[in-house]
Amino acid sequence: MIRWLKRFYFLVIGLFLSLPLIVVAGVSVNAKQTLAFPPQGFSLSWYGEIFSNTEWRSALIASVVLATTSAALAVLIALPLSWFLWRRIAPWANIFQVLGIAPFTLPPVITALGLLTFWATTGFYGQPWTAVIGHAIFFVTLPLVTLSLGFSAIDRSFVEAAATMGANDRTIFRTVVLPLILPYLVSGYAFAFVLSLNEYIVAYMTVGFTLETLPIKIFNALRYGYTPTMASVTILFVFTAAVIFSLVAKFGDLPKLLGAMASDEP
Amino acid sequence: MKREPPQSIADYGPLFFPAGMLLIFFVVPFGTMIAVSFFKRQEGGFYTPAFVFSNYERFLSAFFGGVLGFSLMLAVTVAICCVVLALPFTYLLSRLSRRLQVIWLVGLLSVLSLSEVIIGFAWSTLLSRTAGLSNLFVKIGLLDQPVALFPSFGAVLTGMVYQALPYTILVLYPAIVRLDPTLMEAARTLGSSPIRAFFNVLVPALRNTIMATLIMVFIFALGSYLLPQILGRPQHWTLSVLITDQAIYQSNMPFAAAMAVFLVLVTLGLVALTLLIGRKGEKA
Repeated sequence: MIRWLKRFYFLVIGLFLSLPLIVVAGVSVNAKQTLAFPPQGFSLSWYGEIFSNTEWRSALIASVVLATTSAALAVLIALPLSWFLWRRIAPWANIFQVLGIAPFTLPPVITALGLLTFWATTGFYGQPWTAVIGHAIFFVTLPLVTLSLGFSAIDRSFVEAAATMGANDRTIFRTVVLPLILPYLVSGYAFAFVLSLNEYIVAYMTVGFTLETLPIKIFNALRYGYTPTMASVTILFVFTAAVIFSLVAKFGDLPKLLGAMASDEP
Repeated sequence: MKREPPQSIADYGPLFFPAGMLLIFFVVPFGTMIAVSFFKRQEGGFYTPAFVFSNYERFLSAFFGGVLGFSLMLAVTVAICCVVLALPFTYLLSRLSRRLQVIWLVGLLSVLSLSEVIIGFAWSTLLSRTAGLSNLFVKIGLLDQPVALFPSFGAVLTGMVYQALPYTILVLYPAIVRLDPTLMEAARTLGSSPIRAFFNVLVPALRNTIMATLIMVFIFALGSYLLPQILGRPQHWTLSVLITDQAIYQSNMPFAAAMAVFLVLVTLGLVALTLLIGRKGEKA
């Protein structure tokens, strides 16, 4: 009985999480431009539309450029900070860790509005690069968390050995520490990248009128009614996220990254 | 290499860039927003430096008070639904083989990373008359003809639970995975059924975690701004929607800022409460 109940429960949660996406996937392969499920006919033309239609393509490019650069900037902020916190005794410096986590903890509209007032006051409102900084600050939490985890997993005696052999901080960082934390760095980047790709409010409030990312494009299109391209973009996004997280899981320890302790469990 | 206090300016080197970025692009904008919340609005979307409380006074009026009340009620409902659904699920998940766990975690992360726009679009399709669930109900004879199930409060709630559920599971996951498995075994050996053991042993052992999770999901749900717009009617709009609306469409930045500051205060109060609960949990 209990076994059956368990399976049923997994099935219900699985259906709840996947049903909207299954319907959208069905809609995305409709042959005609209608919102219909089950799909009428089969066509992949709406997927082609993302790349051939200039508006959707430029939104796709904007999103990818924004996600690659802002995730890189987030890592550039998180890496030296977590290295410093691991290497030095400076309790007050933890305040920067808190600052790095705060934007992600507060409702996103607050970070977005703060940046909007800031860019409006400084006169840079609407510049595409402001969104890069906005996303980097908003998502710096992710590499910060994965990197802190990575640093805490390093055996200090390795570093001790390198120091005894005469290596300085810089050499130790490059030859010992960096290879050890690389998986955490990559997964921090991956998390920030995927979330930036999907982020709406910060991008919208900072550059929404000058730079249209895919989520902004979908929302704007949604106001004027339905186009099947939205469905194909949605599926493309879920697919991208699933592939990236699968890669993280393949090359790193996903349960550990998400807070489970040992990796020697079943 | 032992941790040691910084000796020279050069030792602070790694801190310069991150600290500068966070101060300039988070602390300063935050301060700017607080300052603007006291500014005076001018016609045409501009504002002049001042120190007035009128923005806050307006916010505390009946209409916005109602919106705040609705937002809080909605977020509480979402948090309760999510924790009730997620708690047994996360426990069962933590008992699965590592391989299955990883598959579920990848799926949960993928749904978690979805944009609110996409979640809104997906649910509006699922709840629509032409491509939605109601067609299925017609086929099995529950309904005579397909109906649109949105906009409605139920649709907003469903969309928000969908958005927050993966988050809830991932917040509960570390605490539940690290839970001592002998706890449940002991209860089982003493003869209680799995379901009894779950409620009489597991839930009390996780009391603090559950409280902290409720608050975190509540804050997460409070941040929702698009789902109420896509899946609901104007009376289902939340504070986040109104803030965006005032800032972008009404060009009333001081008022938007005042509402945002208020939202921060509510959130910070709750974060403090979470930390307090966490600390109590450690002592116990």
